[in-house]
Amino acid sequence: MSRSKSAQLDRKKLFADPILVSTIVLLLVFLILFIVYPLFVLLIDSVYVKGEGFSMETFRRILDMDRFRKAFSNTLVLGGITGILSTVIGLLFAYVDCYMKVRSKVLKRLFDVVSVLPVVSPPFVLSLSAIMLFGRSGIITRTILHIYDANIYGLNGIVIVQTLTFFPVCYLMLKGLLKNIDPSLEEAARDMGASRWKVFTTVTLPLLLPGLGNAFLVTFIEAVADFANPMLIGGSYDTLATTIYLQVTGALDTTGAAAMSCVLLSLTMVLFLLQKYYLERKTASTLTGKASRERMLITDKSVTRPLTIFCAAVAAFVVMMYIMIPFGALFKLWGRNYSLTLKWFKYVFDYGGMNAFKSSVVLSLIAAPITAILSMIIAYLVVKKKFRSKWFIEFVSILAMAVPGTVLGVGFIRGYSGGLFRTGLLQGLYGTGAILVIVFIVRSLPVGTRSGIAALRQIDKSIEESAYDLGANSGRVFMTVTLPLIKDSFFSGLVTAFVRSITAISAIILLVTPQFVLITCKINEFAEKGSFGVACAYATILIAIVYAAILLMNLFMRFFGTSKKITEVE
Amino acid sequence: MDKVSKGVRLENVSKIYTDPKTGKDFKAVDSISLDIAPGSFVTLLGPSGCGKTTTLRMIAGFESPDEGEVYLGEQAINALTPDKRDTAMVFQSYALFPHYNVFDNVAYGLKLRGVGKEEIKNRVHAILDLVELEGMDARMTNQLSGGQQQRVALARALVVEPSVLLFDEPLSNLDAKLRVSMRTEIRKIQQKVGITAIYVTHDQSEAMSLSDQIIIMNKGVIAQIGTPQDIYYHPSSEFVADFIGEVSFLKGVVRDTRDNKNIIAVGASELAVPAYQHLENGKDCTLVLRPEALSVADEGALPCEIVLSTFMGHYQNYHVTVDGALVKVTVFNPKNKKIYKAGEKAYLAVENDSIHVL
Repeated sequence: MSRSKSAQLDRKKLFADPILVSTIVLLLVFLILFIVYPLFVLLIDSVYVKGEGFSMETFRRILDMDRFRKAFSNTLVLGGITGILSTVIGLLFAYVDCYMKVRSKVLKRLFDVVSVLPVVSPPFVLSLSAIMLFGRSGIITRTILHIYDANIYGLNGIVIVQTLTFFPVCYLMLKGLLKNIDPSLEEAARDMGASRWKVFTTVTLPLLLPGLGNAFLVTFIEAVADFANPMLIGGSYDTLATTIYLQVTGALDTTGAAAMSCVLLSLTMVLFLLQKYYLERKTASTLTGKASRERMLITDKSVTRPLTIFCAAVAAFVVMMYIMIPFGALFKLWGRNYSLTLKWFKYVFDYGGMNAFKSSVVLSLIAAPITAILSMIIAYLVVKKKFRSKWFIEFVSILAMAVPGTVLGVGFIRGYSGGLFRTGLLQGLYGTGAILVIVFIVRSLPVGTRSGIAALRQIDKSIEESAYDLGANSGRVFMTVTLPLIKDSFFSGLVTAFVRSITAISAIILLVTPQFVLITCKINEFAEKGSFGVACAYATILIAIVYAAILLMNLFMRFFGTSKKITEVE
Repeated sequence: MDKVSKGVRLENVSKIYTDPKTGKDFKAVDSISLDIAPGSFVTLLGPSGCGKTTTLRMIAGFESPDEGEVYLGEQAINALTPDKRDTAMVFQSYALFPHYNVFDNVAYGLKLRGVGKEEIKNRVHAILDLVELEGMDARMTNQLSGGQQQRVALARALVVEPSVLLFDEPLSNLDAKLRVSMRTEIRKIQQKVGITAIYVTHDQSEAMSLSDQIIIMNKGVIAQIGTPQDIYYHPSSEFVADFIGEVSFLKGVVRDTRDNKNIIAVGASELAVPAYQHLENGKDCTLVLRPEALSVADEGALPCEIVLSTFMGHYQNYHVTVDGALVKVTVFNPKNKKIYKAGEKAYLAVENDSIHVL
């Protein structure tokens, strides 16, 4: 028995569709050039020494560095702690949201706000405000508690900030899973005499276990790959990401940085594969059912009160940290003089701020639509088409999620500063805005692709088949049927790509040139220097831009959205 | 319709799938050959997983065969993509475009063919009249009932005047009553336009009422091809007999052939059935008994014992044992007939002409 004939026929049919074939080829070129190649170059760099051939010399060299070994263990410790804390807090939030009767509308609203804030905010805003709250001139430590030698810098600081940044991701993931647990399972256990706690430990928790593992790994990867927070609040606590950065910018040792990047990349990659291909599947297999009916919510005050109070406190704290930022920009001198002023904003615009805004906005505006279209096309091919290189396209574009920004940055430096394989080919790309745009695209592509895949899986396959059957070719089907049906997902992908691009820093900071100064780099620069007023002024304007983009999207969707029509059908 | 409908021919077509659990290849469709005459209504009938939908999708072009060739008229179409094949499919989920209204849904295929605006308008309205949806053209599809959506799907397929119309269990999402009225409708429209139709279903009454020919499939192979009457009265296997209608089987042995009758021994008794087929003396055989061809009486060919007797209104339902085997009997209009109770002994009376021997 052989399937070769049908495979051959499928191929023939594929090649009868020139639009489809050229799209696939272009995609392959893009993915290979800008994701596979830079990472491949890192590997080559770290095992190939010019004149000597292949050797492990570079690895030996970095392993001999105390700094590197320390950074490696630091990174693991940080990932572990942040992962556990975020998962636990995320679980509490999800549990309160799904299982408890929360009458307060304010609290519900607070939960919503907290779950979107980290998605839309620049990565290190929380670090900035943590320093302003608990640092040496922190409003809580110095002004209220009169502690003059408070030290927020270091592991504690990073853990607090990362946990508050990442737990909402766990919350959203676990909320989705809890909603899928059929309440009758728990009712059956309760009916057979189990106490509520027993139900939680013997039914809910075991069902959720793979999901918790999943949430832990996702946060672990994020924490390990995070660059901006350790940079800002880490003090002397160096992680792999910051060490790599310093190796490039301080020690000017890009081969060493390449080898370190390989180590960091292997770490995130292994965890990501574990998460994606083992835990995610396991989660899906234990929690497939849809809840058959509404869950009876817990009203017992001895349970609900402490949990809701805890969650409300955490949520309120997060919101407060964000509110700190505009205030930081309005006070004369943080920690000393709290009279209001606009001088920091004036400073921003007097000293090249406009330039930073312009390049950030323009480059992100270029990257966003390209990313949105690319990710929709990839999602379409992955979900709806059969062809040989499909696994590669899917694998690479999703895998890019596991590539820490710093690693990608080093990869681009090593891969393009001398042109492709140092031949000078495409060298013109290096140092231009184009390479920044490409990095923006690569960084947002996995998210867009993932949400595109989810949206497309919602569409009944036969709707597109019927268009195909009536005589439309692939391009036509995509334009007249698929795209209109995922319009919503497309727009949200567009805005997400814009937001991610304009708030990106880790990969970008290694690639910026004086010609393209970006807002995030400015914030980092001034926060490092301790000029919190200026940093906050930049951050406030950045948050305003992001917020405006999201408002615009919501407005647009309200008037042109299609999802309403589709959901009514079902 | 001015266009001449085309026939469909499959020559030794196979499709291999990989079982996702075991990773083993298996033949979902196992070298089947078919010849469907132009203008006829043919049903692919079988239990789920028998390969009927895969066969239909190979004709539409969504799946590629691993062996054999599919012909549309005289043209081999294996290498053609669905958009290049002159077929139109009506899907189980209707697959209407939710972002278009009724008119645009139906007009979709015509626009692709570059038909002029005015003609599109005329043809869409004509076809909407045919499926009795006149005046609905501005509705969005979600404002239609299930039956109406089905009609739009049918109109959308018909309007492009395909050579062959394909149906993939189009009525299974409708409620029972609507299903019955829609199938008469579909048959009426198909005969009116004279188009070749291939219809996949697992519902035997749908197949019976719609088809010129029924193709019964089981485990990837064709079990039997024939008219509804052929298949009901002369099933070629126990599977077919059991799949279509109610049936009981009795094991017997062929004793003799005389006067155009086959004499068959069942237990200690003998039955004479019309010898329209050749049966070898001494061979084991199976009698195919339809419950409506049987009745329970005080005397008859085979002694039996009543196991269950249930009044169903327009018929009396009996389960009886004959020589240890269970046989179902329905006696219509039981009002003035003798009713036997469970536990009683009686005889199974057989309309000998209606017995089929395997």
